[in-house]
Amino acid sequence: MEITLTPPAKTFFALIPASVIYSLIPIIGISIFIYMMVIRLRPLQKAAPDVRFNNMRDRMYQLIKIWLLQYRQPRYMLAGVLHILLFAGFLVLGLRSLELIFVGIIPNFVLPGLGGAAGKIYGFLRSYAATWVLMVALIAMVRRGICKPARYEVPEKYGKSHTGEAVFVLFMICILVISESIFEASLAAAQTQNNLHAHFLPPVTLPWFFKAWMANASMPTLEWLHGLSYFMHEVTFFTFLCFLPLGKHFHVVTSLFNVMFMRLERGGVKPVKHGISDEKLDDLESFGVKKIEDFTWKHILDFYSCADCGRCSDNCPANAAGRPLSPRFISIKGRDVIFKKYPLLGKSSGNGGQPLIGKTYEEDEIWSCTTCGACEQECPLGIEYIDKIVDLRRGMVDEGLVPQSLQKPLRALEKRGNPWGKLEKKRIEWTKDLDEQIEIKELGKKAGAKTLFFVDSITSYDDRMQSIARSTAKLLNHYGADFGILGKAEKDSGHEVRRFGEEMLFQDLRDQNTEAILASGASCIVTSDPHTYNALKNDYSGLPKVEHISQFLMHQLRAGALDLKPVEDAAKVYAYHDPCYLGRHNAVYDDPRNVLDAIPDLKRVDMMRSRDRSFCCGGGGLMLFYEPEEEQRMGVLRVKMAAEAGANVIVTACPFCLVNMEDAIKVAGLEGQMEAIDLAELVAAHIK
Amino acid sequence: MEILVCVKRVPDTAENEIEINSDGTDIDRDDLVYSVNEWDNYAVEEAIQIRDKVGGTVTVVTVGDDESEEVLRREMAMGADKGILLSDGAFEGSDGFGIASILKAAAGKGNYDLILTGAQADDGAAQIGGMLAAMLDRPYASLVNSIEVVDDKTMKIGREIEGGNQEMSEIQMPCVLSIQTGINEPRYVGIRGIRKVASVDIPVHGAADLAVDASAAGSAGAKVKRLDYFVPELGEGAEMLEGGMEEKIDKLVELLKAKGGLK
Repeated sequence: MEITLTPPAKTFFALIPASVIYSLIPIIGISIFIYMMVIRLRPLQKAAPDVRFNNMRDRMYQLIKIWLLQYRQPRYMLAGVLHILLFAGFLVLGLRSLELIFVGIIPNFVLPGLGGAAGKIYGFLRSYAATWVLMVALIAMVRRGICKPARYEVPEKYGKSHTGEAVFVLFMICILVISESIFEASLAAAQTQNNLHAHFLPPVTLPWFFKAWMANASMPTLEWLHGLSYFMHEVTFFTFLCFLPLGKHFHVVTSLFNVMFMRLERGGVKPVKHGISDEKLDDLESFGVKKIEDFTWKHILDFYSCADCGRCSDNCPANAAGRPLSPRFISIKGRDVIFKKYPLLGKSSGNGGQPLIGKTYEEDEIWSCTTCGACEQECPLGIEYIDKIVDLRRGMVDEGLVPQSLQKPLRALEKRGNPWGKLEKKRIEWTKDLDEQIEIKELGKKAGAKTLFFVDSITSYDDRMQSIARSTAKLLNHYGADFGILGKAEKDSGHEVRRFGEEMLFQDLRDQNTEAILASGASCIVTSDPHTYNALKNDYSGLPKVEHISQFLMHQLRAGALDLKPVEDAAKVYAYHDPCYLGRHNAVYDDPRNVLDAIPDLKRVDMMRSRDRSFCCGGGGLMLFYEPEEEQRMGVLRVKMAAEAGANVIVTACPFCLVNMEDAIKVAGLEGQMEAIDLAELVAAHIK
Repeated sequence: MEILVCVKRVPDTAENEIEINSDGTDIDRDDLVYSVNEWDNYAVEEAIQIRDKVGGTVTVVTVGDDESEEVLRREMAMGADKGILLSDGAFEGSDGFGIASILKAAAGKGNYDLILTGAQADDGAAQIGGMLAAMLDRPYASLVNSIEVVDDKTMKIGREIEGGNQEMSEIQMPCVLSIQTGINEPRYVGIRGIRKVASVDIPVHGAADLAVDASAAGSAGAKVKRLDYFVPELGEGAEMLEGGMEEKIDKLVELLKAKGGLK
């Protein structure tokens, strides 16, 4: 390549060779960055252990899908596409930025491998990348600064808006791509002016525009622009690098690790402490999260990685209902605590041993979560919330900070194995009104059966929900299952007990049930309650295979055995509501829909929010007892969504959903216009 | 401050279906679950909060059989420092006066600045606090719903008066107070908390240790004897609504409308 302009490495700052300055800038920048990273890593070292170096194959798959291919981004189409373009631009231009660092030290440096054809292709690509990055950054600035989507708003109680920070970073990105393009364009313009073979600038790109603009500029001007743009690029690049660990743009650094280490298994809850077996739990001095370092290192990495995009809170039903919970601020507040406690400069500002509850997080905030998982499903960075909420609750339970409304059902669960404190012998009362031909065996020493129907508390005791138990028994009987129940030996599955932080009570219930289930001799378990399904499948271990009744019905459908009567009332339009613990937590989306579609003449619509974007009904188990501060019920919002979809029957597949929906229909004043029914009830009513 | 809290193990009314036994002398106790009397929980919580503020120890005491140890452990899991079980065959069948005499003897063995009881028990007669204070010759306030320690000799206490009024008084220590629910929010006691105190030694004192006179305690000493126990017959004007939940609600709404309770 012929040289027409002085390469930055050969220029001078006063009498100092620029190559010295251009060596110092990266050395200083990288040193500051490393220093910051060391400080940022400290809380991770002090944090609780976590198991994240397992299943590396699955982790690589997640990394490619969610990080590299940005799979979750287009769930918000405009923001998603903008981010994908910006991210791709970063990957492409990152290489050029690396090359440019050396250009200031070694004249005309070219990264190994980018000398020949590969370099030409790369040059072509990066010119377009710079162009689209500038366009995206400008659009993003307008979006953040002028359009201001509601998602980004920071309610007063959570502090100041982050718009300034966002716009500043976008501004730096603009400077980076503009300076890099001017650097390149000025050289090309000089080459053309000197009738030398100018290196090719792809048309309609940023450097191409700049070159056209500089076509008639004098050589000294070009020389000046060439030097200045390089200087600007270097200074901005290292400023940018050292700005990242200061706020929400830290995700640029941490996202790769956060996605790689994101949780792979769904449905379950993390153990109290990784590496501590159940038997050794009694020896632990403290339970759950009370201070910031009680979180696991991955959870602290989550705090660093939050990009403050607000997707979690936008999908959080508790937030929508006006409860004092916004998952986004669980992360932001956690991050702020760490930044204060582990400052980059100066002494740690106070809150050494200060508890998180009451200071950083409010009790009601933490109890407000229904663990529906919508936030985690949405997060493009793989940030987790359920385990954090459960860990914080474990800490609160350990300190005795449990609202009175929850203490009663917890005590009743301890004493009677159900949250209402009803008598154990009344667990089988639902069988009384059952068709006489259906024989219900109580499994144990005297009777055995292949299938165990695990009924669980609400379906056993609640007047209305007992109908689900009877319908399920009817279906099992009709399709020839040899089945029985545990009767009074059955205890509450403890699904919510665990998620409300009372781990030891959960373990008691789990152990009693496990013993009874194994003693029953059953080789498979069926339940009509997704919470039970999830508990037995993901919280318990060593049990026979567990199925939800919708899966049992799906087998019948596949075998061609599901012979159902047509729907009688042609005016009925059905919408299936995905229960969180069947859908999001266990990916059973299609079986219930297929079973519904097997009922002849059934008109079914899907709500806007369905499948993995389903909207929680208000939560089950102990959540029925909790008295939240809220503006309205989640169920009411959900019922209105069903009405908007044009449905007049909501089909659920969970007793808690049914409770919440039926209540919500009344609260919303939609009685007579909307009804709710369980899948098992509906199918049982259509048996030929 | 040395605080003694008297607690009682009672059948939990929320978690039982109380039925009368066949002889009609008592409730059917076969299928019952027991817990700490609700009022006593508030008293223990209050004692713990006072101790956490001004220092000292909280001792919980109960009169009962071996099974009553369970409620002492629960209160110790809440944060009480010590538990004392007062148990003796001779205590069986005691009336209120007898129970108060036994507690008086136990209180006499310590040097308590403050003795708390629940305002009443689920299955009780709200009599122990007052009797105990009289026997100990100490000042007494009942139905206390707020406590503020002024100095080592004085406390400011609030009492709920019928009709929603509030009375504030000053009381000299040592004294006895009976505690009303709502004075605080009793903390939760988890399984883990109970397990932590599972092996703590709880001393058991009998009649001889306490030097309680047989004429005061036990069935022999009881001057109040239960004659009968029953669910009252339904009187005129009481109407039990029948049917499912929905039906009952509809009927109730109808009735309320008919009588002008709902417009």
